[in-house]
Amino acid sequence: MNGRAVRYFIGHILRWEAILMAPALIIAMVDRSWGAVNGFLITMLLLLVVSSLLLFIGQKGDHSMQAREGFVIVGLSWVLLSLIGALPFTLSGQIPRYVDAVFETASGFTTTGASILTNIEGLCRGLLFWRSFTHWIGGMGVLVFVMAIIPLSKGSGESMHLLRAESPGPDVGKVSPTMRKTTRALYAIYIALTLITFLLLVLGGDPAFDSFCNAVGAAGTGGFSIKNAGIGAYSHYSQTVLSFAMMLFGVNFSVYYLILTRQARRGLMDEELHWYLGIILATLVVLVINTRSLFPSLGEGIHHVFFTICSIITTTGYSTVDFNLWPELSKWILVLLMFMGASAGSTGGGMKVSRILILIKSLGNQIATMLRPRSVHIVRLNKKMVEDSTVRSVHVFSLAYFFILAISALIVSFDNFDGVTTLTSVIACISNIGPGLNMVGPMGNYAAFSDLSKIVLSLDMLFGRLEIFPMLLLFSPAAWRNNG
Amino acid sequence: MFIIVVGQGKVGTTLSSQLCAEGHDIVTIDSEPAVLKKLQETLDVATLCGNGAAATVLDEAGAAKADLLIACTDSDEVNLLSCMVARKLGTKNTIARVRNPEYDSDLRLLKDEFHISLSINPELTCAREIFRILRFPAFLKRETFLRDRAELVELKIAPGSRLDGLKLMDLRRLTDVKALICAVERQGQVTIPDGNFILRANDRISLTADAAGLIRFMNDLDLPTPSIRKVMIVGGSRIAIHVTRLLQRNKVRVTIIDNDEQKCRRLTELLPEATIICGNGSLQEVLLSEGVQDTDAVLALTGFDEENLTISMFANYLKVPKTVTKVDRTEHLEVYTNAGIDTIVSPKLLTANEIVRYVRAMGSRSGQSMVALSRFMDGKVEAMEFVVPAGANYCDIPFKALQSRRRKNTLVAAIARNRQLIIPSGNDCLLPDDRVVVVAPRDVTISELKDAFPGGNV
Repeated sequence: MNGRAVRYFIGHILRWEAILMAPALIIAMVDRSWGAVNGFLITMLLLLVVSSLLLFIGQKGDHSMQAREGFVIVGLSWVLLSLIGALPFTLSGQIPRYVDAVFETASGFTTTGASILTNIEGLCRGLLFWRSFTHWIGGMGVLVFVMAIIPLSKGSGESMHLLRAESPGPDVGKVSPTMRKTTRALYAIYIALTLITFLLLVLGGDPAFDSFCNAVGAAGTGGFSIKNAGIGAYSHYSQTVLSFAMMLFGVNFSVYYLILTRQARRGLMDEELHWYLGIILATLVVLVINTRSLFPSLGEGIHHVFFTICSIITTTGYSTVDFNLWPELSKWILVLLMFMGASAGSTGGGMKVSRILILIKSLGNQIATMLRPRSVHIVRLNKKMVEDSTVRSVHVFSLAYFFILAISALIVSFDNFDGVTTLTSVIACISNIGPGLNMVGPMGNYAAFSDLSKIVLSLDMLFGRLEIFPMLLLFSPAAWRNNG
Repeated sequence: MFIIVVGQGKVGTTLSSQLCAEGHDIVTIDSEPAVLKKLQETLDVATLCGNGAAATVLDEAGAAKADLLIACTDSDEVNLLSCMVARKLGTKNTIARVRNPEYDSDLRLLKDEFHISLSINPELTCAREIFRILRFPAFLKRETFLRDRAELVELKIAPGSRLDGLKLMDLRRLTDVKALICAVERQGQVTIPDGNFILRANDRISLTADAAGLIRFMNDLDLPTPSIRKVMIVGGSRIAIHVTRLLQRNKVRVTIIDNDEQKCRRLTELLPEATIICGNGSLQEVLLSEGVQDTDAVLALTGFDEENLTISMFANYLKVPKTVTKVDRTEHLEVYTNAGIDTIVSPKLLTANEIVRYVRAMGSRSGQSMVALSRFMDGKVEAMEFVVPAGANYCDIPFKALQSRRRKNTLVAAIARNRQLIIPSGNDCLLPDDRVVVVAPRDVTISELKDAFPGGNV
């Protein structure tokens, strides 16, 4: 283990967390909510001191790393981000219990959007801003951000370990030859799309502050809303803008990159994209029919169902209506969408469409092999062969996913809520959605859970966001042992 | 012509011997002295030991004044380089063997860039041949002439067929299709038949007609024309890949069996529509469990002749309608045919044939008149394409009248005149600039059209 590299990177990340807190601090100052200002100032000071120390001792020497360091840096920095990012909430006294604040912050960074707040509008604007902004930071990845900015050792491929550990999807690749250009391109697309959403919302007449919070919430596919009524508090126009924004943020960003670099054909021929859009369309038809009696007009029905599907499949978790009141079929289709999630390489969570495709295809292959033992089959995605190692890692990932799901549900069941609440709360957290069904439905929240459950659910969010392995490795003693 | 042949592998030696037999001056280049020594003992050629792509070696071989260089070493790159260097040194035409399918798409570029007159892909040539055979599985061999207008096919008369016991004169009563039976093989003996000839079961016959006529001919005589829907290929070679692609374009279902797991995965990647089986295709158990008995054709394309032959014999035993066997060692073709393995492809022969055909076409441009040649009935019969020279003394005379002058055992099988195909009868005659196909047994040497009509002045 190269501790120097770990310290160096984490130092950078913490410094950037302090810098990224500045806008929220300014808003708090403008609003004269001194409690929040205090909270932010103390936290930022702490972050700057710690990061300077880490950078000072980690500055010199080599920062070379292997896959192991990559995983550890990513896992550790996300835990630290959540733990420290929670401080302003507690120090300002607006979320008095630290466990709650950590849950809320983890939920923010992991773009889950699950909240323990019963009265969201009670928070001051500075903290609301920070809460929503964490979605945006976490959406594309903190390390991807840092890599776009700090100079990394030139020409070495080591930073690939970081990208691989942080980016979602079964097979992470660079879109352009150098890591710096890749991460910059991704962030440029991310910022541009966020700005477009923001402008469209402002043009619709929403206040700038609300528009910004909702735009970053959709961009990171997070789902924190700053109103108690959720997105239901805004106009149909804003809801429609957000529907499409969420849908677009659930698409693999390399598709946009290809389109921008005039390779639109290659980008649009993406198999995962077709399935992603196809699934949205198919579930839309089924759900609109199934919920027909709940809405006054067909147009209204299509509007709200489309919003809900985009919100769930991209694992955002915004809501305009309480889908907990929908028929069972619709609810369970939504739960299945929660499992699946958005595309690889997007800001969405869940297992990812491409993983599900690989799973189904390898299941088909397995059946074909059992029927004809000598026949040879390969998994093909985008007409190209998927490496055996990738297929295997998808199998292991799915297994781990359900294993963690089962254990977490077991622990949460100590709280003795009904089965649907217990199960969907864990699914909603591990898939980074936010709302589940029943008590944790779109109109409910996570306030009633015990501290133990909140800690488990916070961990689940991190497990889900980092796609399990970086977090799992933190618990493995072998990851911390010295080389040899 | 003065020809340099680089690389004396399977194709190289076949080529050298064929071209030598046709009277060309050959210099052969190879890096193996032993190969060259043996070659010099069997053929009247000059040999040169060295790297066929090196300018010094090519210069020594006389590339500066050579009419043609044929590069057929095992390496595509050496072949291309050899052609390029030869061109620079002054060779007029070059032919390269390029077999790597990855170069397929840039062949046009390569041809321009390296000034290559012709590039031959043995595997692709072989695959095309197999595909042509499978299109009409009733034919043992199928060949086109006269710019693809005339078909020359070989088929076997089954016992009980309407051809069994038929006097050739009476053929026109059974069908109005103009078709000509131009050679018959019975018990190893080849005859060029006349109207009084009576066909018997188990005869192998060669037939010329145009493509549409051929199908009607088969229908009129109630000859079976099975169509191939399911094919099993044993051996995942390059030929298998090419054939599979061709077949799948025609909606034929293909199963490929190969023993090598890595190769199987690669095949699966390249051929998503095909069923790939990893197993030893020479084992009966494997073939049976993969359903060989239900397929319409079995192609034995492994790298081992013995295995291919065994597989085909097994398939014949199971009454699979069509088997195609790849054989590299062509010395024993007759033996195999007698053992019931009737459709044999040999990449080596096919490649050599194609090159020889090209060389002949070059020759015909430079004054000699044979345009194409192909062999039938295990090489016992030759079909040759000629252009009728102006002012020949056999022109404008109906064949009836030419009878006495025609060389024994030769036959004009088809005539192409102004985009029209004529299957000749006694009333037809030759005109200058006609293209004609002449069929003759191999021992009758016909190098020019006038050799077929040796009689004196009329």
